[in-house]
Amino acid sequence: MSKKTIITTQNLTRTFGAFTAVDAISFEVYEGEIFGFLGANGAGKTTAMKMLSGLLSPSSGEATVVGCDVYKQAEAIKRQIGYMSQRFSLYEDLTVDENIQLFGSIYGVKKKELADKTEILLDQLEFKDQRKTLVGALPLGWKQKLSFSVAMIHEPRLVFLDEPTGGVDPITRRQFWEMIYAASAKGATIFVTTHYMDEAEYCNRVSIMVDGKIAALDTPKNLKKQFNASDMNDVFLKLASTSKIRAI
Amino acid sequence: MKTFLAFVTKEFRHVMRDRRSLIVIIGMPIVMLLLYGFALSNEVKNSRIAILDPSKDEVTLALVQRLDASRYFDVTEYIDRPEQADEMFRQGKVRAVVVFQSGFQQSLLHTNSAAVQILADASDTNTGNTVSFYISSVIRDYQNELLAQQKLPYRIQVEAQLAYNPQLKSAFNFVPGVMVLILILLCSMLTAVAIVREKETGTMELILVSPVRPWMMIVAKALPFLLIGLVNIGVILVMAYTILGLPMRGNQFLLVAECGLFVLLALSLGLFISTRTDSQQTALFISLVGLMLPSLVFSGFMFPLENMPKPLQVISNIVPTKYFFSILKSVMIKGLGIQYVWKETLVMAGMTLFLMSMAIRSFNIRLS
Repeated sequence: MSKKTIITTQNLTRTFGAFTAVDAISFEVYEGEIFGFLGANGAGKTTAMKMLSGLLSPSSGEATVVGCDVYKQAEAIKRQIGYMSQRFSLYEDLTVDENIQLFGSIYGVKKKELADKTEILLDQLEFKDQRKTLVGALPLGWKQKLSFSVAMIHEPRLVFLDEPTGGVDPITRRQFWEMIYAASAKGATIFVTTHYMDEAEYCNRVSIMVDGKIAALDTPKNLKKQFNASDMNDVFLKLASTSKIRAI
Repeated sequence: MKTFLAFVTKEFRHVMRDRRSLIVIIGMPIVMLLLYGFALSNEVKNSRIAILDPSKDEVTLALVQRLDASRYFDVTEYIDRPEQADEMFRQGKVRAVVVFQSGFQQSLLHTNSAAVQILADASDTNTGNTVSFYISSVIRDYQNELLAQQKLPYRIQVEAQLAYNPQLKSAFNFVPGVMVLILILLCSMLTAVAIVREKETGTMELILVSPVRPWMMIVAKALPFLLIGLVNIGVILVMAYTILGLPMRGNQFLLVAECGLFVLLALSLGLFISTRTDSQQTALFISLVGLMLPSLVFSGFMFPLENMPKPLQVISNIVPTKYFFSILKSVMIKGLGIQYVWKETLVMAGMTLFLMSMAIRSFNIRLS
């Protein structure tokens, strides 16, 4: 199977003053895969993700996302990716419908197409009755599912999910991953961070960041073998405990 | 363009949905205007005065009667000795004491002159001044009538005319002042909070990773508030004209256009503040406390700018309210045209452009 890359980084680095949040990371993400991006809090995941999505400019190193350079073509990247933040960030004082409309228009989805998509989307989420509800009144799990659907509204080739299931109940988490699989089956590349190790098992490949560096990157199966661990939780603990910041 | 329209729609929805704030935004100017227009005025109405009149003759009685009859004064006390005046002031019983010389009419008839002394309580400077000014006018009026009856060969008559506001109505000064304050505080506060709120809720992040351009966001944020500002202007002007009896001497279109420009200026200022702050509290604090004082002090509304020390006068040049206050008075009260206010207008337009471009520039495309 020939693998096309959708994200390539070379020594990508970001410093904040004297602190190096992301330290010369180099890796590739292949088109169509579910890529798990793991690491303890403060390991540099979010910073790396912000650089790849054009939110933050790197201090040094190279990175190409959906064929565009992160320094020069940040705007082109933004048009082609989806993004879902760890904080719920749809507009709480707008209704479900209005949020979908807004983000559909922002990403230039045609009116007719957007109307059709909205119907399908509400159907899938079983949200038909809630379309006129203010988003702020929805339960967290529903919000996160809606948030994901909105991030996918323009059918991006690549979507960044930053801890999408934080604080969500197990059933909703399961449903959420079904949605991720469905999107992946349609060809979208999923770049996801998480703290749940069972979710790491669902990914095609997983990288684990420690102190701003990528400490390991492979399929969950190979990682378990490499670290002689029974599950991903074990792998993660073994790697994370090497952190110098944590040791202090 | 479609993106932009979607954004504008969204901003209008935010504003319309927040009913409570909307009521405050529209209601506040009305309340403030009524408060300043009626309750907080520096006019002297029905000020209590005391009279020391040893002779109680025809002339003095006529004068006292005139004072009492005018709507500015109530003669409430009569005293017998000058020392009692101090006592009156200390107890706060009267604002002023009018002291006639003894044998007032006699003196007037025989020496062609008689003395009246006005003692005013100047612990409140403004009122003290105004009261003594009013009393002198009443006496002068009476004197002029006397003079008219008996022709004298020479007389020098001083006649002061108070142009544009002969009755010295405080509303003429307060209404433009309140307008200036309301518009700058309200408009800058509203927009200052608007962008920062999105930073706080995290929605900003989603907008920043989207292809929305900074100018779209900024302009879309300003539009609903521009409309609200214009509604407020309309309400204030109509109230000022109908209830407070303010003249609208100048061209109405010019007046509204100048107001619109000032609202834009205030909005740009608010946007600029909001791109530079990270929390709603900070933004609110800066726009409220940071703008209130300079706007009040340097607009010329409460303190005449000409009397300020040079350095302060220089500072006043960067305060937007100074220009707008001057324009408002010129156009509304004096009825002057654009040829008299184009300089101020140009300064305001320049400030608006500068602030707006600074806001767009410092609007961080990339979170850091």
